[in-house]
Amino acid sequence: MAIADGGPRTRERTLRIGTPIAVGLLGLAVWQLLVGVVGVSSYLLPSPAEIASEWAANASSIAEAAWITGTNAVLGLLVGGVVGVLMAAFASRWRGFDQMLAPVVAALAVGPIVALAPVLNAMYGADSETGRRVIAAIAAFVPVFVNSLRGLRQTTPLHRDLMRSYAATGQQTFRALTLPTAAPYVVTGLRVASSLAVISALVAEYFGGPRGGLGSYISTSAATSAYARAWAYVGAAILLGLALYLLTVALERLVNRALSGGSR
Amino acid sequence: MSTSSSTAAVSATGVGKTFSTGGGDVRALTDVELTVGSGEFVSLIGPSGCGKSTLMRLIADLDAPTEGDLQVFGKSPAQARRDQDYGIAFQQAGLLPWRTVAANIALPLELHAMGAKQRRARVAELAELVGLSDFIGSYPDQLSGGMQQRVAIARALAEQPRLLLMDEPFGALDEMTRERMQAELSRIVGETGAAVVFVTHSIPEAVFLSDRVVVMSPRPGRITGVVTTGIGREVRREESLRETSGFFDTVTAVREALHGAPVGGAAREGR
Repeated sequence: MAIADGGPRTRERTLRIGTPIAVGLLGLAVWQLLVGVVGVSSYLLPSPAEIASEWAANASSIAEAAWITGTNAVLGLLVGGVVGVLMAAFASRWRGFDQMLAPVVAALAVGPIVALAPVLNAMYGADSETGRRVIAAIAAFVPVFVNSLRGLRQTTPLHRDLMRSYAATGQQTFRALTLPTAAPYVVTGLRVASSLAVISALVAEYFGGPRGGLGSYISTSAATSAYARAWAYVGAAILLGLALYLLTVALERLVNRALSGGSR
Repeated sequence: MSTSSSTAAVSATGVGKTFSTGGGDVRALTDVELTVGSGEFVSLIGPSGCGKSTLMRLIADLDAPTEGDLQVFGKSPAQARRDQDYGIAFQQAGLLPWRTVAANIALPLELHAMGAKQRRARVAELAELVGLSDFIGSYPDQLSGGMQQRVAIARALAEQPRLLLMDEPFGALDEMTRERMQAELSRIVGETGAAVVFVTHSIPEAVFLSDRVVVMSPRPGRITGVVTTGIGREVRREESLRETSGFFDTVTAVREALHGAPVGGAAREGR
């Protein structure tokens, strides 16, 4: 049975992982071909080989820059996430609070948060990372809040009746029923927020403040026409975003597996 | 405790419930007079909208009556709920999917801060009672509907309540499982000595399980008759009971009470 099942499953897995890699490699090959053989100006589009060599030459500064931007994004995600869950808990408990908060959240959701960067840089001083962290936190807050609030409202009347029949206190009901019911929604919110936090932390660096992050390197490299180096930093930014995203996907899977009952 | 054992489990006088909706008031229940003795098994039967579930929810203090006086063991339903005098089970088992069978049964005990060691012993005892000792570590999704309902019953019995409230607990089960669960429930209730208020759609189920069957009618929801089954508590609920002529006669009596036709049998009272 294991063998009969194993065959197609392994093949499916190979296909699932192999296909995107093959497509990526093919893309890179076409790209290299366009620049190297067809002769698209490397000024317009640096070849993958050039970008790779820039990466190798600047590996330590890329790692350092990724660390700075990554720290801002992660701190923003954590603070935004915690505040989002707390606010959602209050909003689900008190309708008035929800109504008070709704327009603010709507404004945050539609407003270009990174446009606040110059203002926040001025507020916290030009040599502080705080403004960028605040921006990442605000960007992360919105999806976590919206998803959590939805999750906190998913308890069924049946379960609420049961908790009432046990004479459970509000806090007990929240811990035993409401929070576990909301958990899958909270982690989905975090997954969405993870990409937003990285993008916001990165783009906020375009608007001044201390140098050293991926965003500031991308803008300086591009400004000095070092396009291959700029692309190397862009590549690092993609990897950073991907890493944080995959981390939250793993968290989401973990939580969902735990909530659906262990091994399955 | 010795004084309260003589008090009726449920005592309703002139109880009514009116729901205020957007389209005006709906009288879900009116003028209910009902006494459920300690250790008595009483079924509420009737068509949809007759208020049988509403009555059970009033007893459980999940809703409040708008008229009349309702007492549970001589106290207000709210006090009885706070004292955990009743256990409750619904048509849906309502288990928490992220908790094992053991953790589901233990939920009320956990909420009332019973020590971990004591809790484990009580859970083992309850699992044994409902025949799920081998599945204590399983998750609800891994169990059949009947097994889930057993867990719900064990959970309802966790606090050793003197009253068990059940709202169509076997309504979602297939006929064979249902009949087996009825016999099981009868045995469990016999072992615990709890009074039961049992809401059902099924006439044979009500007759098989009960000391008395309360027949209800809709618009407005009210009690229209009470049939005493005459099957004593001491009689073991076995499959053979379903084939006795006494059983058939009582089923007929309940059916006639439900349809409002005149009844010849003696097992009829309190119209």
